[in-house]
Amino acid sequence: MNPYNYLYVAGLLFTIGAIGVIVRRNAIVVFMCIELMLNAANLTLVTFSRINGTLEGQVTAFFTMVVAACEVVVGLAIIIAIYRSRRSASIDDASLLKR
Amino acid sequence: MTFVTPVLNYAQLAPILIVLAGAVIGVLIEAFAPRAARHSSQLFISTFSLVTAFAALMTVRNQSSVDAAMGSVAFDGAAVLIQASILAISFLAIFLIADQENFTAMAAAVPGSEEERQSLQKDLRVTEVYPLTLFAVAGMLIFPIATDLITLFVALEILSLPLYLMAGLSRRRRLMSQESALKYFLLGAFSSAFFLFGIAYLYGYSGTITLSGIQESIVGGSGNDIFLLMGIAFLSIGLLFKVGAVPFHAWTPDVYQGAPTAITGFMAAATKIAAFGAILRIFYVGFANAEWQWKPALVVIAIITMVFGSVVAITQRDVKRMLAYSSIAHAGFLLAGVIALSKSGLDSSIFYLFAYGIATLGAFAVVTLVRDSAGEVTDLNRWSGLGKRSPLLALVFALYLLTFAGIPLTSGFIGKFSIFSAAYESGSTAILITGVLASAIAAFFYIRVIVLMFFKDPVEDGTSVVIPSALTTITIAVSATVTILLGVFPAPLLNFIETTAFFIR
Repeated sequence: MNPYNYLYVAGLLFTIGAIGVIVRRNAIVVFMCIELMLNAANLTLVTFSRINGTLEGQVTAFFTMVVAACEVVVGLAIIIAIYRSRRSASIDDASLLKR
Repeated sequence: MTFVTPVLNYAQLAPILIVLAGAVIGVLIEAFAPRAARHSSQLFISTFSLVTAFAALMTVRNQSSVDAAMGSVAFDGAAVLIQASILAISFLAIFLIADQENFTAMAAAVPGSEEERQSLQKDLRVTEVYPLTLFAVAGMLIFPIATDLITLFVALEILSLPLYLMAGLSRRRRLMSQESALKYFLLGAFSSAFFLFGIAYLYGYSGTITLSGIQESIVGGSGNDIFLLMGIAFLSIGLLFKVGAVPFHAWTPDVYQGAPTAITGFMAAATKIAAFGAILRIFYVGFANAEWQWKPALVVIAIITMVFGSVVAITQRDVKRMLAYSSIAHAGFLLAGVIALSKSGLDSSIFYLFAYGIATLGAFAVVTLVRDSAGEVTDLNRWSGLGKRSPLLALVFALYLLTFAGIPLTSGFIGKFSIFSAAYESGSTAILITGVLASAIAAFFYIRVIVLMFFKDPVEDGTSVVIPSALTTITIAVSATVTILLGVFPAPLLNFIETTAFFIR
């Protein structure tokens, strides 16, 4: 199978994630969309690793997973703190700071 | 397949390792030391590790190599200068952070709850902020020296993740502070995803993840140009977000306003140095030969950033937001140094970064001192007549504002002059003209604040200037002195940067 098809899938996932970040209003869902974008990047890396025949892409994908896990720890801590103070995880409610 | 034992040059990696060790010790202190001993021991560990790291950096300042960590990081003149600036500014920032009046007593307590009241009553302190700062500093030290894309990405996250948390630790207006942490986090993670996607495409283009390998592929011209363009575009989005260039600036004013002022000062100064250090290395070492692919876009972004930052700053009524927009404008001026793509561009960018970082930290230090019973007063109207009430403080703040405006005899003038002449030499006349015009617009609102402080009558609403603690006084005094010294006698530092700054390939 032509490996370039995986690039199209990854591009599609990345776009879905990016649109989700922009249109969704719940902080958790926005965060999940960001994770989707990171995974799209991972798929791209692994595909290029196959196309180029080198291993760096796969290694980078492992690093990305670890970093994404750390991001979850920090992100959920912040979202939970917000939720406990406001009883809402909507990013539209969080608008005390002037635009 | 065989694994090769990594050979590490510990002498060159020492500054980073010392800061990381300090951070780990800080975490252990949080876990095991009695509460009363934490603040003083954390402060000691933080300052000690930063000073030791600086000393370690000075012992290896003349060595340059790309093999310190198996080709993942490069040590050269530019790396030493940028790391030294980051360490010096973090050291001053730690003094600001030590003034715990800025921070919440207990980050986990819900604002307005019984728990929060009790934590305030017991006078608890968030000493976690010290190890978080050190982790962020370690990330900032790695970011500008990284020469492969994995290290670059990991360093970006190491420096960002602690900052997201630190933005939410403010003692007063806690809902705002938490909101700024959420915004910073979501937009920061969003931009990291773009950054990573760019990394993937650069890898796809060149089949390697090192900057020098990418450069060779560009020279060889063998890869698919669409991959290269996508890689550069997405990677730049991630980087430009970190420095707050328009149109990726949306987080800057909100985060600067909501975060505790000491943290705002730290991240405004140190993050900008680290991020521009990385941008300079990536574009000078990695993408230099693909100049025509990225230069036109970057010129447009630089011009929009300069103009937008300066114009929008005029309308701000909050001093922290005004400084945020001013930092956006300065990101535009600094991009002029990247676009110059020459030795003088590199030299002037490093000088500008250091001068701007010091002045920014000092300006935010002054903001922490103007308070009323409910905390810091950031509304500009209530700053009127400050010069009559506390002339010295207002004078120092005016000095920083004049530096930002680039008035002669301050470090800002020398920085702007050298960066714009570098841009002009490299043929970017458009940048030069917009830069000068934007500086003129910017000067208007800086001077407006000075007029407000010195020539308007004080308002009687409980706004007062608190007596700074000894550590805050040191920060303000040192940054004011450096700002004046660099403005009056810039030659020694400029010559030093000129002889030492270079990128090893």
